[in-house]
Amino acid sequence: MKKILNNKNTRTNLITYLVVIVAFVIMQTLYSLDMLSNSMKGYLVPICAYVSLAVSLNLLVGVCGELSLGHAGFMGIGAFSGVVIAALLKDVIASDVLRLLCAMVFGGLLAGALGFLIGIPVLRLRGDYLAIVTLAFGEIVKNLVGNLYVGIDSDGFHMAISTSRMELLEGGTYLIAGPKGATGVEKLASFPMGFVLVLLTLFVVLNLINSKEGRAIKAVRDNRIAAESVGINVTAFRMKAFVVSAFLAGMAGALFGMNYSSFTASKFNFNTSINILVFVVLGGMGNILGSVISATALYVLPEAMRGLEDFRMLLYAVVLILVMLFTWSPKVKEKTEVVSEWVKGLFYKLTGKKEVGVNE
Amino acid sequence: MKKLIAMCLALVMALSLLAGCSSHSGSDSDALKIGMTGPLTGGNAVYGTAVQAGIEIAVEEINADPNNTLKLEFQPQDDEADGEKAVSGYNVLKDWGMQVFIGTVTSSACNAVAPLTVEDEIFLLTPSATAAEVATAGSSTFQMCFTDPNQGASAAEVIANNWPEAAIGIVYDASDDYSSGLYDGFKNKAAELSLNVVCETSFTGDTKSDLSTQVTMCKDAGADLMFLPIYYTEASYILNYASRIDYAPQYVGCDGMDGILNVEGFDTSLAEGMALLTPFDANATDEATQSFVAKYTEKTGEVPTQFAADAYDCVYAVYQAAVAAGVKASDEPADICAALIEQFTSMTFDGLTGKGMTWDSEGMISKAPAVVVIDGGIYVPMD
Amino acid sequence: MQIIQYLINGISIGAVYAIIALGYTMVYGIAKMLNFAHGDVIMVGAYISFCVTNYLGAPAWVALIAAMAVCTVLGIVIEGLAYKPLRGTPSLAVLITAIGVSYFLQNAAQLIWSSSPKSFTSIVTMKPISLLDGQLVITGEVLVTVAVSALVMVGLTLFTGKTRTGKAMRAVSEDRDAAQLMGINVNRTISTTFAIGSALAAVAGVLLCSTVPTLQPTTGSMPGIRAFTAAVLGGIGSIPGAMLGGILIGIIETFAKAYISTQLSDAVVFSVLIIILLVKPAGLLGKQVQEKV
Repeated sequence: MKKILNNKNTRTNLITYLVVIVAFVIMQTLYSLDMLSNSMKGYLVPICAYVSLAVSLNLLVGVCGELSLGHAGFMGIGAFSGVVIAALLKDVIASDVLRLLCAMVFGGLLAGALGFLIGIPVLRLRGDYLAIVTLAFGEIVKNLVGNLYVGIDSDGFHMAISTSRMELLEGGTYLIAGPKGATGVEKLASFPMGFVLVLLTLFVVLNLINSKEGRAIKAVRDNRIAAESVGINVTAFRMKAFVVSAFLAGMAGALFGMNYSSFTASKFNFNTSINILVFVVLGGMGNILGSVISATALYVLPEAMRGLEDFRMLLYAVVLILVMLFTWSPKVKEKTEVVSEWVKGLFYKLTGKKEVGVNE
Repeated sequence: MKKLIAMCLALVMALSLLAGCSSHSGSDSDALKIGMTGPLTGGNAVYGTAVQAGIEIAVEEINADPNNTLKLEFQPQDDEADGEKAVSGYNVLKDWGMQVFIGTVTSSACNAVAPLTVEDEIFLLTPSATAAEVATAGSSTFQMCFTDPNQGASAAEVIANNWPEAAIGIVYDASDDYSSGLYDGFKNKAAELSLNVVCETSFTGDTKSDLSTQVTMCKDAGADLMFLPIYYTEASYILNYASRIDYAPQYVGCDGMDGILNVEGFDTSLAEGMALLTPFDANATDEATQSFVAKYTEKTGEVPTQFAADAYDCVYAVYQAAVAAGVKASDEPADICAALIEQFTSMTFDGLTGKGMTWDSEGMISKAPAVVVIDGGIYVPMD
Repeated sequence: MQIIQYLINGISIGAVYAIIALGYTMVYGIAKMLNFAHGDVIMVGAYISFCVTNYLGAPAWVALIAAMAVCTVLGIVIEGLAYKPLRGTPSLAVLITAIGVSYFLQNAAQLIWSSSPKSFTSIVTMKPISLLDGQLVITGEVLVTVAVSALVMVGLTLFTGKTRTGKAMRAVSEDRDAAQLMGINVNRTISTTFAIGSALAAVAGVLLCSTVPTLQPTTGSMPGIRAFTAAVLGGIGSIPGAMLGGILIGIIETFAKAYISTQLSDAVVFSVLIIILLVKPAGLLGKQVQEKV
């Protein structure tokens, strides 16, 4: 046991799981005691979705070093396909939880499959070119889904990408109606399911990072040519990370979609992709626990600043810039280090303890 | 590790801000709490801020009235015209103790919120979310504006009565609920009336910065009447570009066109002769409109559009119904909701945007769509 | 005849993209960062020009110079406050800061100028040229935009090729450390680049709003993304590439709208981009950089 705990990786992973589980238990207890405000309750599911999105994007950006600007595209695919599956299975599966699970798995699989298909050509590119192609992919998805019509009527299931409204027979319902997006969605998402998704995401991503393959992926990130020269098959690993990341984003998208009775394709735009990327970068590249915390904090922050009204988004921008400067800038870092040393010294003086060497 | 601690601190800060917000809002005042969400920032902010100002003016007027027994309290929340943010804003309002909801401003956000208000039994009256789905979401959801398909059909009738021989070109926003709803309604009615539509073209929210191709398509198709079921922001560009290429068709617009004369820097002579369906005319000479326009201009420095007028009417309609039903500020939202539903389906209401308005049991409004023509830079009723 | 009219429309908007893309490419080539706030600097430039002509009644050229001056200062301030402290950190960190700056500019613009759209008065007073009985119309804006973008491209090429500062920029772009060793002031060179890029953004803003007159706080963001796409398509870092990419994106977009679908034009444009990048991974005129071992 002690040996396991001494392993730094295992220890960080355990802390990550622990933080998530403790947070869930606290929130769930408060929830069941009805001590949460309506807005707090409303944040729970989207936070779970964004945490999963941030962690899955971190696999791509932080661990593999591939900049992706189209993560919201995968999220959108998961959301729309999940809604359709949930509606289709309505008469087949009675249990809401099971239906949501089916929708999430299907949404994830579809997003993963698409990730694989576009991964074949796209992963031949690198750096900023990969970024622009993923951006293009996100825009294409948004554009196509914005013209997608899916409906059920007495003739059965209809689907079309069309620039004008697809006509259904009398009594038919649209599941996805082009620019109106998905309407009349059953709200199946729940906080415990969100928690399960976060745990699954953590499990998959942490295991992948700490596996032999994960080490290979990191080697590829740090020096591709050196990694290639020792016989690591670069493309296969990048592809695996890309598909896994898309799969998880699709699942998170399905959960997210099922939390709202209506959403449109324009939700999954460039800005959403960028937001998820901000979570990842602010939390620290490759730092999974960082992604979890920063996704939560940055989702809640603009909401918490609602009281500032007109100045809300302006201040959010300022906070974003300042946080980036404080966490990354070498000069600011030096200064904060001086301050923190001083605080530390003061602390030891006050408590009368001797300064102990930091064992990191 | 340091970064982690910093992030944790940020989280704690955010949460404490949240707690702070919810605690001070718990003030148990003796006023009826009216909430609203709309885009107050972002690309659609112009519509949300208009609604907010319209509501604020009405609330101030009502509260200033010495004979009034029911005070109102108002809180706006930003939703950036996005369903997710609208739900968050709605939850914040619920925590505040909102009893009546006047919103949301845009249709797609309203589609996300309306089912929640039905579930929570909070009365919803939207000033400007025109999608038919909003009204049909439940028995407690009402609209102050026309439903899109109905308005589109009215527009087709106006064209059939005035320009029956016209070759019609249509430009609509395919990524927008409002615009495509109008287009659908228009198309069905136009087929029924056998209007001559020669060109149907569209744009999306992402491609609306350049509409020259669409105008050229209409011109090449020989359209001598352009039906523009879009907002005035984009329409001002279409008019501008058409005049540059010497193309001068007859323009017909819907209520989203109201406001085009007040776009700063816009050459209003380009809009001369345009016909539009709008429930509100800022140049109307009646006392109520004049006083509203004066207050609005003083508050915002701009001339009100139908968004602001509809919002103003929403407050007065709710107030009239609440007073008639004897609603007290201490009542539960669900009781208020039931009382208002009863009033709204039976009362008639006179406001800035029409006289003798009534609502059906679905929550859709019936008021006479006024057709105006722009003549000499102002609206003139069309005969 | 139709096809030529569409071609003209495409070139018109494409030339605007080209000027924006030139700014993107300059900054990317030298500072190696994706400056997502570039589109919003354009918006600020357009607002300044609008205010100077409409509120002060000044002629168009004064407005243009005022816009360029304000944007140049704005560019230097943004660079100094937000980007310079992050020199030497991963490019992603700077990217996120740029996004923060972009949010900041948009929201500040909304507070200053309100969200109501403004109709920009074109700075071009030239009458449109009507050919073949009005079947073909070339507006003054098209001619001016194309001429200006060509001039800017030539100017930039000469500047980076012939002048001392320009050569310093190329040196910094090639190898920052080596340039420093050769006595080039890297920080000042990068600041100069931002100043030039921002002045170009002001020109682009005025021309964009002359072509597309609706001015709102979000006016710059979509053309910004288009122009970024154009810069990558042409080969990011390459000055003639940005010009070519901009015009191509404009033409493809217009033709897709006219002959395929106005609603799916985005999908078409971005699909073309992906296909071109697959065939030419460094863009049309970009240099294929050999990685050193």
